[in-house]
Amino acid sequence: MSIMGTRVARTEDPKLLTVGGTYVDDIRVPELTGAARVTFVRSPLGHARITGIDASAARAAPGVVAVLTVADIDDLPPPPPPPEGPPPDEPAPLPLGGVWQEPLLAVDRVRFAGEPVALVITDDAYRGADAAGLVSVDYEPLPAVIGPEAALAGETLLFPEAASNVAVTNGKPADPAAFDGCDVVVERTIGNQRVAPVPLEGRAVAARWHDGRLTVWVSTQNPQISRFIMVGAFGLDPGAIRVITPDVGGGFGAKIGVDRDALLVAWAAKHTGRALRWTETRTENLIAMTHGRAQRQTIKIGGTRDGRVLAYRLDVVQDTGAYPRLGGFLPFLTSLMAAGPYDIGRVETAYRVVVTNATPINAYRGAGRPEATAAIERAMDLFAAEVGMDPAEVRRKNLVPAGKFPYHSPCGPVYDTGDYVGALDKVLAGAGYAELRAEQARRRARGDVVQLGIGVASYVEITAQDAANGETARLEVHDDGTATVYTGSSPHGQGHDTAWAMLVQDDLGIGMDNVTVVHGDTDLIPLGIGTYGSRSLQQAGVAVHRAALDVKDQARRLAADMMEASEADLELDTERGVWHVRGDPASARTWADVAGHAGADGLAASINYAEGTPTFPFGTHLAVAEVDTETGKATLVRHVTVDDAGTVLNPVLTEGQRHGGIAQGVAQALLEEVVYDADGNPLTSTLTDYAAITAAELPSFELLASETPATINPLGVKGIGEAGTIGATPAAHSAVIDAVSHLGVRHIDMPTTPARVWAAISEARNRQ
Amino acid sequence: MTINGSAVAAEVADRTLLVQFVREVAGLTAANIGCDTSSCGACTILLDGQSVKSCTVLAAQAEGREVTTVEGLASGPDELHPVQQAFRAEHGLQCGFCTPGMVMAAVSLLAENPHPTEEQVRSGLEGNLCRCTGYHNIVRAVLAAADAVEGQERP
Repeated sequence: MSIMGTRVARTEDPKLLTVGGTYVDDIRVPELTGAARVTFVRSPLGHARITGIDASAARAAPGVVAVLTVADIDDLPPPPPPPEGPPPDEPAPLPLGGVWQEPLLAVDRVRFAGEPVALVITDDAYRGADAAGLVSVDYEPLPAVIGPEAALAGETLLFPEAASNVAVTNGKPADPAAFDGCDVVVERTIGNQRVAPVPLEGRAVAARWHDGRLTVWVSTQNPQISRFIMVGAFGLDPGAIRVITPDVGGGFGAKIGVDRDALLVAWAAKHTGRALRWTETRTENLIAMTHGRAQRQTIKIGGTRDGRVLAYRLDVVQDTGAYPRLGGFLPFLTSLMAAGPYDIGRVETAYRVVVTNATPINAYRGAGRPEATAAIERAMDLFAAEVGMDPAEVRRKNLVPAGKFPYHSPCGPVYDTGDYVGALDKVLAGAGYAELRAEQARRRARGDVVQLGIGVASYVEITAQDAANGETARLEVHDDGTATVYTGSSPHGQGHDTAWAMLVQDDLGIGMDNVTVVHGDTDLIPLGIGTYGSRSLQQAGVAVHRAALDVKDQARRLAADMMEASEADLELDTERGVWHVRGDPASARTWADVAGHAGADGLAASINYAEGTPTFPFGTHLAVAEVDTETGKATLVRHVTVDDAGTVLNPVLTEGQRHGGIAQGVAQALLEEVVYDADGNPLTSTLTDYAAITAAELPSFELLASETPATINPLGVKGIGEAGTIGATPAAHSAVIDAVSHLGVRHIDMPTTPARVWAAISEARNRQ
Repeated sequence: MTINGSAVAAEVADRTLLVQFVREVAGLTAANIGCDTSSCGACTILLDGQSVKSCTVLAAQAEGREVTTVEGLASGPDELHPVQQAFRAEHGLQCGFCTPGMVMAAVSLLAENPHPTEEQVRSGLEGNLCRCTGYHNIVRAVLAAADAVEGQERP
């Protein structure tokens, strides 16, 4: 029986449960013995000119090895000039550069609180904190630009040379005729707030320069891309840099590649010749790791009185923080998926990317797609309320019907496969929608203090958006019958080791226990892309599958030669993991036999799978929230979902991905927000201030199964890593608003904190 | 102090935290440092059988006392503690960074309340953050471990 689709416990777990993972700060290799500690001196101000730095007192402090400022960076190539010509329609996820260039250390101006200004290197971490306090930096404060409105107002410029705070403009101007023929048009500006990724392990780097070679241990989602970035930043040959990624304690998009802090640590190791370590504090993580989301969205939706949506427009202002690290990429993805799972005749999008005095924005679980879904789902709810229809019914009426795939979205992408109405109906049935509405009606009729709200969100998303970048796999079968997989996709909790071993067992009959999965070392795996964008199974997994099939072909030839039989007569018995002549099970040759018969190159295959295209997972989330109308406190009491990501390889892993995504999605709807004051001071710089969601704030989730296979890859798989944040945020958000909608509330910006909910109720009551 | 049954003695600076002592002096790196405000619980270990956040305890405060980390939980190399076993069976971990602290918090929770309800598990683990699992399978694992321990204790 095939192992595919069965519930397989993870091979990663015994180590993680008994001695713990080996994260960067846990590495105890001889090369790092006696490594000094890096402590950053960071800007305490959101926006200021630097008029002087005096490091003399710090340099004289006990245990200080070196203090490095921008004046010490004299051994790096200049950043490449920005590309010439007009910006492309499809922006690359790359820094803009040019006048928007982000330096390694702040030069003469700091643009966010937390920006690196100097590095202190000491023999131990405690002394680093002491000495960092002795570095004297003279700042001349400037007015801070916080939020999209201030950025667009342009009274203060972050980059005077750019003459604007708007870094990217894209999209179509509004067509005055777009909403012609609509009986009802609703328009509203909503916030999709800035949130912090908060991987439990923050950023961490260790680095050593020895014999002309730089070795960097870094907590990243992409060791090979990290090396590529370092090659550019340091002007070294790829062969002169080795990047090692051990266990990684969560990434969520914020650990794609390496950022300036990591580059500085690696550079400092080379510059000083000392092995160095840096593990950030949680405060550094909350103020200087990238944040996510941060869009102001203006949504306009129109349609007929009977609930058919005819036109939709989305205008986005993307707050990109102090430096446009991703250019226009995130709002590009938002625009790409703006129409959501609905068959809408006219859809227009436009976006502007603005700089503000806050930490840069980067990918965060979903990266542009949760923002698209939040916008269209809010629009559908507002439209449903305006025409007086049930929000689930309005969705059913507008979802792309099952017979219309592949479906060409007016925003560009071609949705591959789906059954959107089926997903909606399954969730409504599973949740007992009619009974929930009846309970809601009873509470409303009684005037209960605690009211019930139901939020329904349908979605389609894009996974492996960058499928053209491909992914690598190398599979070796050894003459002891074991196998090793080298994967270009370096994981951070997803379960690649388990999943890739399952694929090998299924294809070759080599038991999972005999398969070792290797990742995260550019000496062993020079080429690879990594883990992000819900791409790993459909890119790296398919690459492993292809490598296994290649090995199988080679093995068939070897076995035929050994057994003096024709290749066509040979069979692989994947239950026993042996080759035999058809009809003669006794003629069996083991994988050890076959591999032992291979030549000097061994029995191995290397694959770079780049033929894939993006896939479009879909689903529906239904959230049930209770809202205390006297205190404004909202509590999620149920969350029911269908997340269809094609064929499921291991339900244990996909369910885990869905659970985690739901929690993070609900967290954005109900609790989490990064807050800066008007002067650019971060007010959520510790976990006592940033409301990272806890077990006590969540119910158990009700996951319903649905598998509509993808047709563009041989495994039938789509991505699942980000479905949770994409579906859960609008569902939970909608549930809270729905609970108080009978009081006259139409919208509450996220997060729906007690203060905001209470204020919305009061305002609605005062209006009446 | 005694760590996982072995005596560990060292002279350290006054301000050394217990988590630093366990990680840097004793060389036991399972307990992690995830914050600086004792909010996340990644450093949770047992001190005289009670769970503590070892980033908020000075090493000196543990002098002469008994420390248990996740490395000392299993009775043998192939014998997982029921809580570890349940985390494995229920997929109660993904990246693993919160796991050593979460497991120790769960052990302590079950010692105080061997038959918790789901709500009691959720409120009992409120001081331990996990960013990967959405807590769903962690809660299931703790409830399953409670059942398993009860099953073992039954004659």
